[in-house]
Amino acid sequence: MMFPPHFWRRVAWLWLTVALLLVLAILLDNHRDVWESQAKPQNSNQTLASQIIQGHTLLQMGNCLACHTERGQPVGAGGRAFETPFGSVYSSNLTPHKAQGLGSWQADDFWRALHYGKSKDGRLLTPVFPYKHTTLITRDDSDAMFAALKTLAAETTQTPVPKVSESLDWPYNSGLAIAIWRSLFFSSGTYKPQDTKSNEWNRGAYLAQGLGHCAACHSPRNAWGASGEVNDFSGGLMPLVNWYAPSLMSAQETGLAQQSISEITLLLKSGRNATAVASGPMAEVVKHSTQHWPETDLQAVATYLKEQAQTHSTSAIANKPSSTKSSGNFLSLGAKIYEQQCEQCHQAQGQGVDNAYPALAQNRAVLLSDPTNLVQAVLYGGYPAATAHNPRPFGMPPFVLTLEDKEIAAVLTHLRTQWGNQASEVTPLQVNRIRALQGR
Amino acid sequence: MKFGKLACLTAMVCVFYGPLAWSQGKSFKDDMAERTRACTACHGEQGRAGPDGYYPRLAGKPAGYLFNQLKNFQEGKRHYTLMTRLVDPLSDAYLQEIAQHFASLKLPYPAPAMPSERVSVQVLKRGKQLALEGDAAKDVPACTACHGAKLTGVQDHVPGLLGLPLDYLNAQLGAWQTHQRKARQPDCMKEVVAKLQSEDLVAVATWLSTQNMPSDTAPASKVSTPLKAPWQCGSAPELSKVQP
Repeated sequence: MMFPPHFWRRVAWLWLTVALLLVLAILLDNHRDVWESQAKPQNSNQTLASQIIQGHTLLQMGNCLACHTERGQPVGAGGRAFETPFGSVYSSNLTPHKAQGLGSWQADDFWRALHYGKSKDGRLLTPVFPYKHTTLITRDDSDAMFAALKTLAAETTQTPVPKVSESLDWPYNSGLAIAIWRSLFFSSGTYKPQDTKSNEWNRGAYLAQGLGHCAACHSPRNAWGASGEVNDFSGGLMPLVNWYAPSLMSAQETGLAQQSISEITLLLKSGRNATAVASGPMAEVVKHSTQHWPETDLQAVATYLKEQAQTHSTSAIANKPSSTKSSGNFLSLGAKIYEQQCEQCHQAQGQGVDNAYPALAQNRAVLLSDPTNLVQAVLYGGYPAATAHNPRPFGMPPFVLTLEDKEIAAVLTHLRTQWGNQASEVTPLQVNRIRALQGR
Repeated sequence: MKFGKLACLTAMVCVFYGPLAWSQGKSFKDDMAERTRACTACHGEQGRAGPDGYYPRLAGKPAGYLFNQLKNFQEGKRHYTLMTRLVDPLSDAYLQEIAQHFASLKLPYPAPAMPSERVSVQVLKRGKQLALEGDAAKDVPACTACHGAKLTGVQDHVPGLLGLPLDYLNAQLGAWQTHQRKARQPDCMKEVVAKLQSEDLVAVATWLSTQNMPSDTAPASKVSTPLKAPWQCGSAPELSKVQP
């Protein structure tokens, strides 16, 4: 069957029109700031001094400067590298430096960056900056944060910070790629308080979903690197960092539904409570951010998360011991290593030492179906965050140089199956994968 | 008879559970030794140095020096992933306490290494010259100018150079040379190393690693002669000051 030439012409026109409309839609979507009416500050009678103080607290609560500061470099001057599966992104300079920082920015520009994920010059920011969350920040909070940033010393990093166009892999480094990504996974918005909930709950939701950006780690990322919705706390493996941010909804993983508000608050404030210790990236969050939060805000977030955990509690996915039985040698190797290396602190029955060494028996972190965090802890050891409530923490030595993959797998399998613990076996391959990815 | 059985049973219990009870006898003690297990796992018991020649001794080094090093790992002036990960979550106050803890430990030093047969007399002679006299032609001061007349360090920020393994000394001087190890500006050690060739660095490390410790191993309380301008050390400002 033959189609006349004008048929093909029509098909071509149709496709061209569809493509043009799509481009137009992406364009409009990514430049909402141009056609949407802009939020104006509400709290106009606040003095600049009190605005600055509030801004500093907000910057800490959002842990902004932890990402926007490179090790040993001026505070807020950016340059910290973030490795992603699509290449690296370096955090930007938030100091009032004229050329490199926000020196020429106004409060409107800063608001546009938080709310729309766009730079002053109109460049679309990469989603490593969690604007999916910061879009919920109110104009007043945004202005306070900007006023506080204005008080930082205008500084730059010693070496220039690579641009996104240079550091991200092709084709992800193009403006078009970022625009398409944003159209798929980002929409600007504001936090809408729920009338049926208390003020405290709404405050907690606003902070957890917005400034606190909990779901940036505590939700699974898809193949395009997009984290879940701002209220998705179902847990996720942090790509390349290789720590598993446990589900905040699951009774097995964090058990927030069963904990008291004061226990949840204590973990965020001091880095530990009776049943958990914040480690890895969360220790960093506690050190730089949550320990400094106002008590009422911690309680609000705890109230919100606990209520969410109670209503959304994921049904128990039993983490059954794998059916493949480990060999007797493997099991006895695990028991031997435990006795030699672990028992002195964590004790013969895995009961630990109060306020010093966590119990391993019935420890949710030990029983996580994903053993990534356990492997990290054994390979590299570590201290919990030193906080006002736990200023002199006890630490764990690294075993990366002294134990082999098989030995670590065996001892982890041992402690995941002793003292009533019932979790799956850890394989030498799992240990090896993490060791290799950490470059040691 | 009954008593005999009981005694027998008791004896058996003691035999079987005795070692276990004894091993648990090393009970938990809430002190700095317990809190620094993560350190001593590599740096040896009480920070006496690791067995493999790379993890340096911590015991008895000046507290200010140890604190500066812990901060240097946090601030990226020294690079070793394991150290950085360990110190990252800790506060300055706690790092100070850890530094004080190791500084306060007085432990005997092991005998120094014998120079390897492959090391020539010339190398040792050059090393000794650099350590004790420096090299005026290259404008390099002697090690003793800053690290104490006996090379056991100076309070509160200058480390001793004796009692350290050759591998560690070589690794550190190499790291200064390639800017992997840094100190606070003005970085005097960087200046010194920049004026020397690799052979000089190896020579001085070799000589230092083969020296006996003096009977008094404590760091000197102050530097004998303040540094002459333009030498200045950001990490050890006391070196430039005329001591009262």
